Amino acid sequence: MAEPLLQTRGITKSFGALKASDAISLDLHPGEIHALIGPNGAGKSTLIKQIAGNMTPDSGTVHFLGQDVTALDTVARARLGLGRTFQISALAMDFTVLQNAVLGALGARSGVMRFFLPVMKDRALLARAHEALERVGLQDHAATRTAELSHGQRRQLEVAVALTLKPKAFLMDEPMAGLGAGGSKRLTGFLDGLRAEAPILLVEHDMDAVFALADRISVLVYGQVIATGTADEIRANPDVRRAYLGEEDAP
Amino acid sequence: MTRETYINAALSLLLVLVPFWAWSTGQAYILTLCTKVAILALAGVGLNIALGLGGLVSFGHAAFFGIGGYAMGILASHAQTFDPIMDWPILIEGTKSMPMIWLVAMLASALAALLIGALSLRTSGVYFIMITLAFAQMLYYFTIGWPAYGGEDGLSIYVRNSFPGLNTLVPVQFLILSYVILGLALLFSARLARAPFGLALSAARQNADRVETVGIAPYRLRLVAFVISGAITGLAGALFADLNRFISPTMFSWHTSGEIMIFVILGGVGRLYGPVAGAALFILLEHLLGGVSDYWKIFLGALLLAVVLFARGGLIGTLAGREVAHG
Amino acid sequence: MTFLLFAEQMLNGLQFGIMLFLMAAGLTLVFGVMGLINLAHGSLYMIGAFAAAAVAGATGSFTLALIASLAAAAAAGALIELTVIRRLYKRDHLDQVLATFALILILSEGTRWVFGSFPLYLDVPSYLSGPVMLPGGIQYPLYRLYIIGAGLLLAVGLFALIARTRIGIQIRAGEADREMIAALGVDISRLYTLVFALGAALAGLAGALVGAIQSVQVGMGEPVLILAFVVIVIGGIGSIKGALVGALLVGMTDTMGGVLLPRVFALFMDPSAATTVGASLGSMLIYILMAVVLIMRPSGLYGST
Repeated sequence: MAEPLLQTRGITKSFGALKASDAISLDLHPGEIHALIGPNGAGKSTLIKQIAGNMTPDSGTVHFLGQDVTALDTVARARLGLGRTFQISALAMDFTVLQNAVLGALGARSGVMRFFLPVMKDRALLARAHEALERVGLQDHAATRTAELSHGQRRQLEVAVALTLKPKAFLMDEPMAGLGAGGSKRLTGFLDGLRAEAPILLVEHDMDAVFALADRISVLVYGQVIATGTADEIRANPDVRRAYLGEEDAP
Repeated sequence: MTRETYINAALSLLLVLVPFWAWSTGQAYILTLCTKVAILALAGVGLNIALGLGGLVSFGHAAFFGIGGYAMGILASHAQTFDPIMDWPILIEGTKSMPMIWLVAMLASALAALLIGALSLRTSGVYFIMITLAFAQMLYYFTIGWPAYGGEDGLSIYVRNSFPGLNTLVPVQFLILSYVILGLALLFSARLARAPFGLALSAARQNADRVETVGIAPYRLRLVAFVISGAITGLAGALFADLNRFISPTMFSWHTSGEIMIFVILGGVGRLYGPVAGAALFILLEHLLGGVSDYWKIFLGALLLAVVLFARGGLIGTLAGREVAHG
Repeated sequence: MTFLLFAEQMLNGLQFGIMLFLMAAGLTLVFGVMGLINLAHGSLYMIGAFAAAAVAGATGSFTLALIASLAAAAAAGALIELTVIRRLYKRDHLDQVLATFALILILSEGTRWVFGSFPLYLDVPSYLSGPVMLPGGIQYPLYRLYIIGAGLLLAVGLFALIARTRIGIQIRAGEADREMIAALGVDISRLYTLVFALGAALAGLAGALVGAIQSVQVGMGEPVLILAFVVIVIGGIGSIKGALVGALLVGMTDTMGGVLLPRVFALFMDPSAATTVGASLGSMLIYILMAVVLIMRPSGLYGST
């Protein structure tokens, strides 16, 4: 297997007596979707924050593109090519959909300290923004104010902004949350094709999506990864069944 | 054309017609009032970049207004006494030239904004409001106790500073000068809001996480915005000092910070012409109500309270309705 | 500098700090419980002082004057809370700053309208005037000692109120989690009015106590208000303990800085210049202190987040 793009080694983070991350080692290889599942309170958000750079681990390291990024902040990691989407949409709500996408394109290209030329007339940025909107199916809503989008459309826009960055790897925090069955299915199809461009570390509650998409699944319980493997291996794993699937995924 | 554009055009027209009428009927006092509106609006345009576009609630913009004023006062007072500001290691003399004074005023207030901003922007929310207030108060007390330039009593400059080719003591000429500067500042502020920087700054106000995630650091955006904002308000301070030919620590007081904020809010926060409408309304009220009652600030307070509680978009927001103010 | 002078200035700093605490306690309570930043707190200080001066002028009783200051400021506070402040709890800080700034304009000019622009005087009663001799040979005005004592007593009372009583439990619960106290069935809007009036009463009393040393005039609350803000920012907004520590720090720094700095400057400047420059740097000191604290701890000494 090729060298992992994104790798955590022994990440540990405690809040008082609670170990939210307990020596977590994960990796993300080119071309794969690696899903991270676990019950509420298992420490998924804490882990995501440490990978994205919002939080520094007490010990352990994060490597991205072969580089130790543990000490870098969110901005620096984004600039290296880590494309992140949030569980609760983080968008500029007063902006139009297109403006949000242009913001992403602007971030990808350096030169934000420009004070005179109108950004919404910059052809290169617009082209990139429109392309991303088209890929997620929001091209007809370019002029809509973001606050007026439906919940599902906001999720699509989150993904579109991440696409404008042309990232080397995606970090997606529950992209399916709150989507209806139809929306969930469409997004699943989209992510399926996206993995060829850049691998995805996917935190998701929607088990149908996870088992349909993931090349590998890691199960996080009480801050520890109790198993990593293919969908079939995870389904068959007795620890996982006891700790997690047995309770939550009863048909 | 949006409704806001029409309102802005009407406001511009009014601001030109009133002094034209005053000039043709020889009412110098009205000309001075219009000049005051333009200069105070300029201070508001500065604050609006930080407050409206960047969402930075600075309660200390009097610091920059005052620094601009004192830059004028110090340069002009040394020029008027022919006493150099310093003669070692290099000779620095005072000047009565407005362009030179403006340059110094903007550089000095930009530098102050860089220092104050670099520290204050480490905090947010109420702490940011309070620390900006505190820095302005610090300068206020410093100027009170600094005897070289008048201390608590302030300092008079006897003759208005000069601008090449103009007689600035003629009210209408100084008015035109102030209008041109305000116009340039509005143009700059409009372009800034539409530029890449404005887009990113506005996004950082709405959602800082979003901006970080696309690889842009909000702190740098905000600091640059704060510096630009401070420099423009500083320029307004220099002009205000020239209008009155007087500087005093009052320029640094927290009432001044509050009033600059009032211009922005009365007019409409984040609106290009908000500070212009706000400053015009403020001066109009001061002039009309001040004639009726010595206690006109009661009415100003009541109006401000009403705007905050019931008309959050200010004058322009109420007239133009809810529209995306940028983009 | 002699020991006696130093000790006297320490006591002055303590007295100033205690008065600042009475102001800051209300501000920080209101912020902690309701999330509101209230610039008009200084107006309540002023209202207390005016009420005391008016009642003392009419009755000659200092005790009645102090009671009047408490009652007037609490009533004014409750009235302001019911009419304006409660509309601001869910607003952002900008709206709160502006609306309470508007209240200052209204209250200050309103007071000027009623009482005129000339300062009023509130006399220290004869049984509290004159100096007393303290151990160590320190001569100190009895009234200032009385202020220190009364302030300390109030501080203890306030801490007891918050630690021991039912209201205190509700206040602490409100600081921790606003939704939770609603779930506990506490009448939130009544609690808010009560907390606001309590803070107002403390500010009003501080105004009356200080009014007997200085003059009672419009705008007297503003310098104190800004210092009280410095206090709660240093202490950590929302923390009563932080307010006490911050108030004593600011009171001491301001007083000692004002006394010591001119003497330091006099070592290398001519005396009159040293006095003015030293005094102005002295009043800058607390802002420098605040900046330093915020650089080290962006949410104050006892701030939570």
